Amino acid sequence: MTINGKYWRIALGLAVIAALIIVPMNFNRYGLYILSQWAVMTIAAMGLNLTLGYAGQVSLAQGAFVGIGAYAAAIMTTQGMPLIAALGVAIVLCFAIGWILGYPALRVQHHYLAFVTLAFSTLAFLVFRNEDWLTKGIYGISGIPRPNVLGFATNRPLPFYYFCLGSLAIVSLAMWWLIRSPWGRAFVALRENPVRALSLGIDTRRYTLMAFAIGSALGGVAGALYAPLTQYIDPVPFNLSLSLDLLMMVIVGGSGFFFGPFLGAMIAVLLPEWLRFTQGYYLMLYAIAVMLLLIYSPTGILGILDRYLAERRTKAASALRAVTKSRLETAP
Amino acid sequence: MTAVLEISNVKKSFGGIKAVDGVSFDVQEGEILGLIGPNGCGKSTLFNCILGQLTPTDGEVKVDGKVVTGLRPSELNRLGVSRTFQLLQVFPKLSVRENLILAGQEHQGNMMSRLFGPSDAGLSAAADQMIGFFKLDHLATEAAGGLSYGQQKLLDAAMAFMGGPRLVLLDEPAGGVNLTMLGDLKERLAAINREKRATFVVIEHNMEFVMSLCTRVMVMAEGKLLAMGTPAEVRANPAVIEAYLGH
Repeated sequence: MTINGKYWRIALGLAVIAALIIVPMNFNRYGLYILSQWAVMTIAAMGLNLTLGYAGQVSLAQGAFVGIGAYAAAIMTTQGMPLIAALGVAIVLCFAIGWILGYPALRVQHHYLAFVTLAFSTLAFLVFRNEDWLTKGIYGISGIPRPNVLGFATNRPLPFYYFCLGSLAIVSLAMWWLIRSPWGRAFVALRENPVRALSLGIDTRRYTLMAFAIGSALGGVAGALYAPLTQYIDPVPFNLSLSLDLLMMVIVGGSGFFFGPFLGAMIAVLLPEWLRFTQGYYLMLYAIAVMLLLIYSPTGILGILDRYLAERRTKAASALRAVTKSRLETAP
Repeated sequence: MTAVLEISNVKKSFGGIKAVDGVSFDVQEGEILGLIGPNGCGKSTLFNCILGQLTPTDGEVKVDGKVVTGLRPSELNRLGVSRTFQLLQVFPKLSVRENLILAGQEHQGNMMSRLFGPSDAGLSAAADQMIGFFKLDHLATEAAGGLSYGQQKLLDAAMAFMGGPRLVLLDEPAGGVNLTMLGDLKERLAAINREKRATFVVIEHNMEFVMSLCTRVMVMAEGKLLAMGTPAEVRANPAVIEAYLGH
């Protein structure tokens, strides 16, 4: 990439960040709620993007991890404990359960693995619903407090949105670091060719489990933010359809692309809102839009961009070769 | 001379089929051993048994005097045993340089240093050196999937050397490579063998390639060792001519 292109990218990134901070200032309560939800779901989708997009392990359980994180936060903060402690518990708990859920992936792959994780999803939902003593069952947990962050109360929608946005920024930076590290390369190797990876000394077992554990932990982080966002949770939002929604976010945005989850979550959370003026038709239009997108570009929205850039690069390279060749031919 | 690889009485059966039927041999340090034989004679199965991709039904494999039978391929690789594949096995979406860094990174530091350390695991210079050595200079940042077949074969071979292996098993390195590039490949392999004292075992059907590169040749037929000797001895062996080379 040229230096110029790099500056443009940085400028674009800064403009988007500035817009995310400034524009919502005059949003109403509902607008801020939706935008906070986008930030939270992006974190969960980033986790799934690591497991599925980078490491190539199918999971239909990400929604369950959001649920585990949300219940950890709800139970702990309604008992008066600080959210940061709940966040720690959510991360550790989801990391550990994710690690264990990774074991089947060492034996089964693809749709078989999808079924194993789907069963786990159902199991988690049943625990949320039936274990009244812990989760208050179908009545749910209400009155979940919002945290004080560095001395600032986040009870009002705007500060809480900033809290979600800040959390998203931290998670994004950590993820950026992770995928650029040798671990990120090993995850891609795992997805592309596990046999070859193994012959290069890559401990595919450990990396598979890590991909599940870290991805699940991010689901837990998202859950721990979701609980204070809605301030009331019951089992219903964490059923299988959340896992499917998150899967769709990753695929529609562009599985295996860093910014895929941001776009995917935007489409899944915001597009239905924008289509609301069509009233009864909005879900139908939404479904059709997703189908058309995936027929046109199975690699998601960022897949389109990627193909366009690759084409341009190839054209530039072949033009360069042609120029060099003609120079060689005309040289005395 | 010390034996880098010792194979004793290795057997592997699939159901009733004895793919490898009691093979024993040693490979000395710095040697290039050719492994030839008709299709289905058990060469690749033997490779997979040595490399941990398959577990032998019986017998023992030792690397540098240490029993390695039953170790996983990744563990073997970290002990210095590396391989190339018969079919192309590069990572098509990663660049040539990234492929090489990936091939060496698990030999650097530990899990923690690979997470918090530099993104290239300190291997950029080593990768570029390898790129130069295999004459892939102008392709360093190209996606490996965009390379020609021959270039991908060279990359595949280069990847096998990134971890600084003691022993490299090459499965048909010359297959599908054009003549010019074949000369390059042979010359590069011979150079690494000389300079790094790396030991090779090579499966190959290209007799010209095997006979000119290898110091010793081993012939397999129907899962058994048929003959072993210098290229000239093997070429003159009546049993080998009957089973494989033809009159």
